Amino acid sequence: MTVGYEPWDTTRGAEIIAEHAGLEGATLVILHALQEAFGYVPEPAIPMVAEALNLSRAEVHGVFTFYHDFRKQPAGRHVLKLCRAEACQAAGGDALAARAEAKLGVSLGHTTADERVTLEPIYCLGLCATAPSAMLDGRVVGRLDEARIDALVAEAQR
Amino acid sequence: MTIRIYVPRDAAAVAVGADEVALAFAQAAAARGAAIEIVRNGSRGLCWLEPMVELSTAQGRIAFGPVTAADVPSLLDAMAGNGQHALRLGVTDEIPWLKRQTRLTFARCGVVDPRSVDDYRAHGGYKGLERTLTLSSDQILDDVTRSGLRGRGGAGFPTGIKWKTVAQASADRKYIVCNADEGDSGTFADRMIMEGDPFVVIEGMTIAGITVGATKGYIYIRSEYPHAVEAMNAAIAGARRAGLLGKRIGGSAHEFDLEVRVGAGAYVCGEETSLLESLEGRRGIVRAKPPLPAHKGLFGRPSVINNVLSFAAIPFILDSGAKAYADFGMGRSRGTMPIQLAGNIKYGGLFETAFGVTLGELVDEIGGGTFTGREVRAVQVGGPLGAYFPRALFDTPFDYEAFAARDGLIGHGGIVVFDDTVDMVKQARFAMEFCAIESCGKCTPCRIGSTRGVETINKVINGERVAENLAVIEDLCNTMKFGSLCALGGFTPYPVMSALKHFREDFGPAPARLQAAE
Repeated sequence: MTVGYEPWDTTRGAEIIAEHAGLEGATLVILHALQEAFGYVPEPAIPMVAEALNLSRAEVHGVFTFYHDFRKQPAGRHVLKLCRAEACQAAGGDALAARAEAKLGVSLGHTTADERVTLEPIYCLGLCATAPSAMLDGRVVGRLDEARIDALVAEAQR
Repeated sequence: MTIRIYVPRDAAAVAVGADEVALAFAQAAAARGAAIEIVRNGSRGLCWLEPMVELSTAQGRIAFGPVTAADVPSLLDAMAGNGQHALRLGVTDEIPWLKRQTRLTFARCGVVDPRSVDDYRAHGGYKGLERTLTLSSDQILDDVTRSGLRGRGGAGFPTGIKWKTVAQASADRKYIVCNADEGDSGTFADRMIMEGDPFVVIEGMTIAGITVGATKGYIYIRSEYPHAVEAMNAAIAGARRAGLLGKRIGGSAHEFDLEVRVGAGAYVCGEETSLLESLEGRRGIVRAKPPLPAHKGLFGRPSVINNVLSFAAIPFILDSGAKAYADFGMGRSRGTMPIQLAGNIKYGGLFETAFGVTLGELVDEIGGGTFTGREVRAVQVGGPLGAYFPRALFDTPFDYEAFAARDGLIGHGGIVVFDDTVDMVKQARFAMEFCAIESCGKCTPCRIGSTRGVETINKVINGERVAENLAVIEDLCNTMKFGSLCALGGFTPYPVMSALKHFREDFGPAPARLQAAE
């Protein structure tokens, strides 16, 4: 869920970092944990991660920006991810994505002005035999059609 | 009398309402005061029938599907009574689609409770490990080599040779790495086995660890698979409690433990060296080879890195013997392949069968053609880096070499079906776009070539100097194919060139294409 995240707090951030800093190759684990707590990876956390792992800020920033998952600012209250890969394209996903974009008034990769919904493409949920598929705040939905995508969009807007 | 039913917890079943169905059964049974045991199993892989509910009976398990929450009261009546219901599919094992498969790797998937190590053992699990503990490393390597198993991730490298290289390397520590970054569209076998039979992956990795002398393993799972992450973590905890991970495995002197690591949405991390970089906490930038990961892999140590399905094939090989596995298949492709039928397909799902089945049998006979009822025009085999095949090539047998001979690849065994509304120039552009989005940026042919590829295909779509621009695309594809460091840039030409070769009519100037479609 994208609702119910903690506000950024240095002490809490340091706690999370310290919890995982002893792992082998901990950078991604820590970035995931920070995003899970705060909904995004707050900028002040980057030098803290670097310090804890004895890396340069540039290295941690480089990792943070390489991966599509990590956010530099909070997402909307709900995140609707539409699978845009080939199997979902073959099953009519293009038209459904256009429909969701029109209903929400934003294109894929953006958040509505009221900050309620972030609409994102995702490249394969592995639900390719029940395509087209989507994920709303971590809940997977398959066999999408116009009625189902409308219901998902309406649910996200609530 | 308690009735026992099975409602899958596989993400594909959950995506079409399995959780609601399970809840409805629990509530309806409670309201009637009926005793019910609900097992959340994996999926049998008949995705068009999901949620497929099974009832345990003296005659075997009886399947019903596709079930909605609204069907639950009448299903409970049927289950308590004579068993007749409109959604009844009969004895599960007798369903033709399932019966004609050869399930070696997926033998237990959808059958057992994926949270229960006892259930895994009751269905033949950990017999491979038991035998492993009585063998020398050389004997195990001999078995794996003789089985003919080749890496199921797509490259098809012989698993026995890879393991032997690591076993012979000397180092202060070694690693086992499971590549569960299954990013190819149209593939979901890794996800299904991790959710439906996670212990088989753990057992396979444990056998690998014992064989090569590694005590630590990592399973790198993509973040798009939260259900698989949960299932693997639960199974690892269960295996530890049962003394099957950790020190003194199964009472032996061997030590081996596992940890799940979650990716962060980078497709290129499915490439093994990029995955290793990511596991080490860095950007997923591809490494140049050599050195091979078998010599210098994770943290610079000798590492076995295999796909989920490769590890999942191992317990059968160790338990039933190399020959039992190698007896299936054709040519140099031995054993079985879990094939995934996806996209616009009537009967989609997981179909495990010996190598040698033809593409046409898979798409038309087993898959039943498209769900839209329109004609099949193209199928993409092997994910975003796989070739598009027209009906004229449907006699191609599923075999590494046969696909390569026709400028295609079987990759991870995914088949995506498209009907006659597909615009192949758009699919070619998507292949380039996807490569541009996902390129790690290390090598120029992939990083720049893909972007120029999108631009050039756009020119073709706009009807600008079509012949000249098609020549540019062909040239670009050659550069990418031969000049890229890894399969992302190196294989993106497959979908592009196959679309151009087999569906040339879609690449004309726009008016011609429209006329051709009429």
